[in-house]
Amino acid sequence: MSLVKPSAVHKRRAGLNTSVGLALAAFIALVFGLTVVKVGNMDFTMPPGPEQEVQNGD
Amino acid sequence: MTDTSATNSFEGDAQFSDYVALLKPRVMSLVVFTAFVGLLAAPSPIHPFLGFCAILFIAIGGGASGALNMWWDADIDAVMRRTKKRPIPAGKVMASEALALGLALSGFSVIFLGLATNWIAAGLLAFTIFFYVVIYTMWLKRATPQNIVIGGAAGAFPPMIGWAAATGTFSIESILMFSLTFMWTPPHFWALALFMRSDYDDANVPMLTVTHGRRSTRKHILVYTILLAALAIGTGFTSIGGYIYLATAIVLNALFLKGAWDIVRRNEEMCEADDFKAERRFFKLSLIYLFAHFTAILIEAGLDKFGVFA
Repeated sequence: MSLVKPSAVHKRRAGLNTSVGLALAAFIALVFGLTVVKVGNMDFTMPPGPEQEVQNGD
Repeated sequence: MTDTSATNSFEGDAQFSDYVALLKPRVMSLVVFTAFVGLLAAPSPIHPFLGFCAILFIAIGGGASGALNMWWDADIDAVMRRTKKRPIPAGKVMASEALALGLALSGFSVIFLGLATNWIAAGLLAFTIFFYVVIYTMWLKRATPQNIVIGGAAGAFPPMIGWAAATGTFSIESILMFSLTFMWTPPHFWALALFMRSDYDDANVPMLTVTHGRRSTRKHILVYTILLAALAIGTGFTSIGGYIYLATAIVLNALFLKGAWDIVRRNEEMCEADDFKAERRFFKLSLIYLFAHFTAILIEAGLDKFGVFA
């Protein structure tokens, strides 16, 4: 239960706030999806880590 | 410029739908559809998710330019019957909010289109937004009766952007799709101006109906429709055309030419008597016209990819 009784302004803005929240969630999903596709699709190779560099240096 | 003083009295808070309305969703649907056709008609395949993102960012870019247009044109929108219920003149959204939203979404859409596809497509989207907002809205719309002709280019770019998103280049096919929308725009809007006649007069927008008269506008509609028909049917003999496209183009252009001929033969008394029946019919047909041509291009592209008629 809420400590503060929601005012009329809160009620009026609930729809807008929910929609903005959903839009932001969709944006996050979009960036995540783009990252997965771009990394999976292209000739992307991870840069060599410190261990590999040491081995190659020997 | 916009007079914001009239927009500061609010009856209630803006809802999410009011901000969506700033993006001109109906115009956006045309942008989405033509960009989609440009993307799928392109010979290079694109990952479905990247294709979805490309269409989404093109749509957002188109919406952003709509918001900037509403910010700049709030004063004339408040005068015209067709636009006086838009969020800014209706007092639901402040002009400064529309400006902020338009600028933010413009930057967002261009950068993300570049990251998702390529920078040729992103550059083309940036140019489209610039062309629509600065060249058309701020300059030509209130300066010349040819506003619709030149400004129509902004609405014609989406299939080129879709094509560029898939291929990374321009080509004659994408320029033909651009030209189809470009040549279609003047008769479409002039028909609207004929039956929404007092709107543009009241707002002092120099539409052809206001500067050159209604008789001249009717002749212009016919001339542009003849040029459009030649272009649309000629496109049928290029690589994006085919039997289905050609059949669609011949039927629709015959109907469109008939509609334009009907309009040019009419005078104002005849229009008053039947409440601009022929002009309204021509306007509705123009919507079907563009949709059908792009659908036919889409079908031809699909048939090519599946090897039918190959």
